[in-house]
Amino acid sequence: MSILSEQNKMFSVEPARSALLSELWQQQLQHNHISEESIKDLATQHQLSEIEIEGVASFYHFFHRQPAGKHTIYINNSILSELKGYARIKETFERETGAHINSTDPSGTFGLFETPCIGLSDQEPAALIDFYPFTNLNALKVKEIIQKLKQGKTAEEICDTPQDNIRYTPANNRTIFFAPYSQGEAINKLSGLRPDGVIEQLRIAELAGRGGAFFPTWKKWDACRSFKEPLKFIVCNADEGEPGTFKDRVLLNNQPGSVLEGMIIAGYTVGASYGIIYLRGEYRWLVNKLETEIQAFQEKGLLGQHVGGIKDFNFEIRVEVGAGAYVCGEETALLESLEGKRGEPRTKWFYPVEKGYLQLPTVVNNVETFAAVTRLLQMGSFEYLKRGIPGSPGTKLISVAGDCKFPGIYEIEWGMTVAELLDQCGAEDPFFIQVSGPSGESISAKEKYRRISMLDLMAQKDIRCGGSFMIFNSHRDLVHILMNFSEFFKHESCGVCTPCRAGNFIIERKLERLNNGLADMNDLKELKSWGYIMKATSRCGLGKTASNAIIQSLEKFDDYFKARFSATDNSTYRKFDHSSAVEEYEHYKP
Amino acid sequence: MATCTFWIDGKKYEAEEGSNLVDAAKENGVFIPSLCYFKHIDPPLGTCRTCTCKINGRYNPACTESIKEGLKVEVNTPELVDMRKALVEMMFAEGNHFCPACEKSGNCDLQHMGYELKVSTTRFPHLFKDRLIDYMPKRMVMEHNRCIKCRRCVEEVFTSDGKRVFMYINRGNETQVGIDYAQEAKLSESEAENAMKMCPTGAIIVRGKSLSKPFGDRAFDMESSQKHYRHTITDKPKVANFEKKTIATVSLAGCFGCHMSMLDIDTDILDIAELVSFNKSPLTDIKTFTQRCHLGIVEGGCCNTENIETLKKFREMCDILVVMGECAIWGGLPAMRNTIPLGECLEEAYLNSVTSEKGENTVPYHDDLPKILDRVYGCNEIVKVDYTIPGCPPSPNHIWKVVKSLLWGEDYSLLYSEFKYD
Repeated sequence: MSILSEQNKMFSVEPARSALLSELWQQQLQHNHISEESIKDLATQHQLSEIEIEGVASFYHFFHRQPAGKHTIYINNSILSELKGYARIKETFERETGAHINSTDPSGTFGLFETPCIGLSDQEPAALIDFYPFTNLNALKVKEIIQKLKQGKTAEEICDTPQDNIRYTPANNRTIFFAPYSQGEAINKLSGLRPDGVIEQLRIAELAGRGGAFFPTWKKWDACRSFKEPLKFIVCNADEGEPGTFKDRVLLNNQPGSVLEGMIIAGYTVGASYGIIYLRGEYRWLVNKLETEIQAFQEKGLLGQHVGGIKDFNFEIRVEVGAGAYVCGEETALLESLEGKRGEPRTKWFYPVEKGYLQLPTVVNNVETFAAVTRLLQMGSFEYLKRGIPGSPGTKLISVAGDCKFPGIYEIEWGMTVAELLDQCGAEDPFFIQVSGPSGESISAKEKYRRISMLDLMAQKDIRCGGSFMIFNSHRDLVHILMNFSEFFKHESCGVCTPCRAGNFIIERKLERLNNGLADMNDLKELKSWGYIMKATSRCGLGKTASNAIIQSLEKFDDYFKARFSATDNSTYRKFDHSSAVEEYEHYKP
Repeated sequence: MATCTFWIDGKKYEAEEGSNLVDAAKENGVFIPSLCYFKHIDPPLGTCRTCTCKINGRYNPACTESIKEGLKVEVNTPELVDMRKALVEMMFAEGNHFCPACEKSGNCDLQHMGYELKVSTTRFPHLFKDRLIDYMPKRMVMEHNRCIKCRRCVEEVFTSDGKRVFMYINRGNETQVGIDYAQEAKLSESEAENAMKMCPTGAIIVRGKSLSKPFGDRAFDMESSQKHYRHTITDKPKVANFEKKTIATVSLAGCFGCHMSMLDIDTDILDIAELVSFNKSPLTDIKTFTQRCHLGIVEGGCCNTENIETLKKFREMCDILVVMGECAIWGGLPAMRNTIPLGECLEEAYLNSVTSEKGENTVPYHDDLPKILDRVYGCNEIVKVDYTIPGCPPSPNHIWKVVKSLLWGEDYSLLYSEFKYD
């Protein structure tokens, strides 16, 4: 079954507008772009103005308004890809295809684009060709791939199968996520538990949202349950866009059933009959796997009418595919996107548990949270509580990549120290570690003895980890890393609020000054204070966290910056690059 | 509806339960700056963030908050005042706002906020992103350089059959408000004009329609929205000495308009002449410094290497350096070229212009000529600037009040109507 054959399988209760994203996908995949005509047709079909369709299409970077080539290639330009030779891969792609980055070759066969993090950080450099994964690229491999495509092979025929790279699970069979799994085992316990019982189990196990916010899952479910609307939704947030994170990919690939089951349990608990998995566009190659699993569940009576033999409990699940927008990982942006709109976060007038998808009560949880629910019911909270530490029971999946010998997935028990994790993954000369992605926390090797747990975020002792460790050794250029992050946020901001849209752009300019050697300590001070302004005034989590890495690295790597930048310049003259300012004019020297 | 008590900066106020915090504060005489907030858009947009306050201990925009019993709001702490100012500065840095060349000048909400918050320069680097102006709509012109993406037009302007005329397009720093040509053509004359009026800046312009009123009659010319509008120079030097002072002035990449304004104080100029002597200045035609000066006043930014040299000389020879006018502050009108690569500008002007003959013309280049810079720089990008006087040109009163305060420590009180960008 190819990606193209994906049918439009909306639920009967959903309005036509919700199909817009998948309709745009069809146009993109069939015609390699979204033509003027497609926009017109969709506008007529939905009775909207054309600009509204255009507004949606132009929000997502996998939708192109110009033909994007018969074969569309996306190279990952995240910092981890850069460490592993992104520049050389890009060059090779350009040479072999004849296309420059962000354009197609003259014949229109190949379109070459960049995209931030495709969730394959453990096998970089990686690329998506026609949305199929190609991993561990080198110049020779790229050459072969392009040859084969030129010979008429399809990307589907020649793509790689990404490895799961599960490197570490807790010793003595204490794994939670990778224990043997059999479909329906957790669902079978539902009738004995009743919704109250499920919520009680979650509460006892102190399960908290694994997307990184760690909101107590039982509270969310209980709140949603309290609303009496007949129609409610369960949404699985599989839009794992934080660069360096790939744990959800592995869960969905390794055991999609446990995720589906978690959603069904949520549906049973809060009284919802419909579940939607919002899968990031970068993981399109996982759609078949998910749909096959959904079908298997249906055949076993675990989806459909009277799920698991529970009278009057009906549940259906469908997959919606995102189209390239990091901000859609924010739950309200994700809901907007599901409704066929631009993925702009909503203001917090209402929480999704009250007014979510289609303004109806909705539970939105991360892939790992749903999988954890299934495992929790399967083993029982008594067994679950034996893992981890008091106040932070259980285990956590962490994606580890960067300067280490064994990049991959580490299932750690909460309470493991940074030092142990670095040791396990064979970190080489770790200097700067970015925890939970660019929006997370920057730590230095000096903080090795901090524990990883979900205890209070403000605690100096523990580190709360949403799911990834990016390790950088002491030869890496910190300013360069920060510039990569900043460019990422500049593109990925939804553009609605001033501090995030303009702020990230301004921060990038300032970092360029740093990189060009035009900054002194005063600039660093300004950078930090601007970061705080963005943090306090932005509309959603993206803007509030985009300056984290800058603020924290300026605080924690004082020595590094002091050595690199001169002390506050009290002189009356600003640093100014005279020769580059007149460079362009010098071309006119006769 | 019930009346609630709520607190602003430790003071107790009353308002109707559920009313919007921005309005409730205003009714009680407390000014909270706002831009995107538009009374009847519900829920509020919360896009510009200019009304950020601390509400029950958390940073949040006032416009997305409604009055509840016991609500505690911090509005005028130094940190919050600075933060809101920074947001307005950010909008000026992000767009390309050339107030004196804008139809909306004087009636512009963004400009108004700049006045209220006393933004005389932005702390952020101007981004000078090239934004095309959309002349395609039948009746309107979309001036993307001026748009602050407040979303008012997106949420408010619909055709009679309920279709949107405006919509955000693209994402990130490329986000802009797109206009639907077909739907725009369906708007009635008054609906189109309404869209122009609703726009807080001059981004939506209806052809042939003008907002222009004489200076002084425009919406934001005379009266501040704040009860106590006060300008102060905090680091004013303590000088009691009324000795005669020396001033130097210069116009770099400027038009001499600021100098004209400086002379525009009628008979007061006779008093000034008693108190100061001019050294290097176009007013005296003294070309080079003959002594160190107490004060240097610079008009215009730096567009070539000679400007830079002169500016550095001023910094070297003057105790205090004041820059006056938008050009000196951030580039101003000459900086209109900053969104376009220098080569394109030169070739358009010298090689491809209507009057140039093919192969006959060259771009002027000679060792004796100053070299043209890649873009126009504000003075503070080259040297440290002690004080900035905004305006195009600044009002004469503004200039001399600053000068008198800086030189002789005179009390400084600037009226709202004297602080202008045009």
